[in-house]
Amino acid sequence: MATAEKGVVLLDLWVSMFGQRCRIALAEKGVEYEFREENIPEHKSPLLLKMNPIHKKIPVLIHDGKPVCESLIIVQYIDEVWTNNPLLPSDPYERAEARFWADLVDKKIYDCGSRLWKLKGEAQQEAKKEMIEVLKLLEDELGDKKYFGGEIFGFVDVALVPFTAWFYSYETCANFSIEEECPKLVAWGKRCMERESVAKSLHDPHKVYEFVCFLKKKFGVE
Amino acid sequence: MEVKLFGAWSSPFVRRVEWALKIKGIKYEYIEEDLYNKSPSLLTYSPINKQVPVLLHDGKPIIESMVIIEYIDDTWKQKPLLPIDPYQRSMARFWSQYVEDKFYESVKRAFFTEGEEQKAAVESAVEALKPLEQELKGKKFFCGEEIGFVDLVAGWIAHWLEVVEEVLCIKVVDPENFPSLCAWMKNFVEVPVIKENLPARDQMPGFYRMLRQSGLASCDGK
Repeated sequence: MATAEKGVVLLDLWVSMFGQRCRIALAEKGVEYEFREENIPEHKSPLLLKMNPIHKKIPVLIHDGKPVCESLIIVQYIDEVWTNNPLLPSDPYERAEARFWADLVDKKIYDCGSRLWKLKGEAQQEAKKEMIEVLKLLEDELGDKKYFGGEIFGFVDVALVPFTAWFYSYETCANFSIEEECPKLVAWGKRCMERESVAKSLHDPHKVYEFVCFLKKKFGVE
Repeated sequence: MEVKLFGAWSSPFVRRVEWALKIKGIKYEYIEEDLYNKSPSLLTYSPINKQVPVLLHDGKPIIESMVIIEYIDDTWKQKPLLPIDPYQRSMARFWSQYVEDKFYESVKRAFFTEGEEQKAAVESAVEALKPLEQELKGKKFFCGEEIGFVDLVAGWIAHWLEVVEEVLCIKVVDPENFPSLCAWMKNFVEVPVIKENLPARDQMPGFYRMLRQSGLASCDGK
């Protein structure tokens, strides 16, 4: 067992799309690590509070005792330390494009998604409209490429793919079909699931939906 | 190798890109945009956000200020803005993201709200400064003896925040509570590349008062 002083430890929560980004990146690079499940938010471990005192959130990557926080920062760190199977392209312009799109995913998808299951009525409709808009933007960017990274499964793919396990929940809560709106994006999601790193990191969408239902009960959303 | 920057005189996001270009000694053409009457070029190069800054390098657009600064650092290797070591890089990205997501967003909320909502946003902003104060203890700049990525991203605090405080009649950076931050602010604006590239202080309050009024009016209109 890796201690907090040596090796690689990932403090995480099974369903977290942000944690999954890190798991996928580590798997793509073939890095051995210890996965430590945190009991969020009921009982955050002393290690989590010590390693991420500012945000007190998962995921946290601990490498030889030093913590790295925030999922996209963690993924870039993994890419820079383990240089096999690069996730970011070597060309600066393509790197900038990848960073832009990953940042867009970060800014829009989680927030829209949360509003989709937390809200009702007009507010939910507004969130649905925004979600479809941003997914269509991403689908345009993907075009006919195999992955966002072209032939290479890359940074944007890692940033977005964990959200595909939540598509069923978004669709069920807000009554729409992502496949109808963005068929290429859904096809991309299925291609990604053929990769072992993704298949082993993501959970069954129905299990995620069960979790969303649990959250809805907890927050008194009906 | 042609470099153009689409900007607006008052924008701290544009200035941070200019500071990066000037630190590296990169020659560029600056194009001032009227944000109330955006040029067809700007809308072509930044169709999603429709915002400045946009960096155009050999005809290819890069958008989002932090993405642009990393692009500049990736492309022109002299005077590196981000550290070489991956762990130090992850820390620089962490603090930059923190300043944007926690401090800037709170200040922006305070700027475009009134009453209790504004009061809460101001309190949130002051709270958000505490980790920054800790991080700066014993350091001249976030990045050490010379300014770097985090200083450029946080740089607006050293010149624009005072204007916000004046317009809103609030105090966020109290020298008694934030001595290290105040020292950093003084040091930052004395750096020649920064000092020679700041918007005129006397023109700012009027502009920002107008910006606040139009922001508040558009909220009422909803």
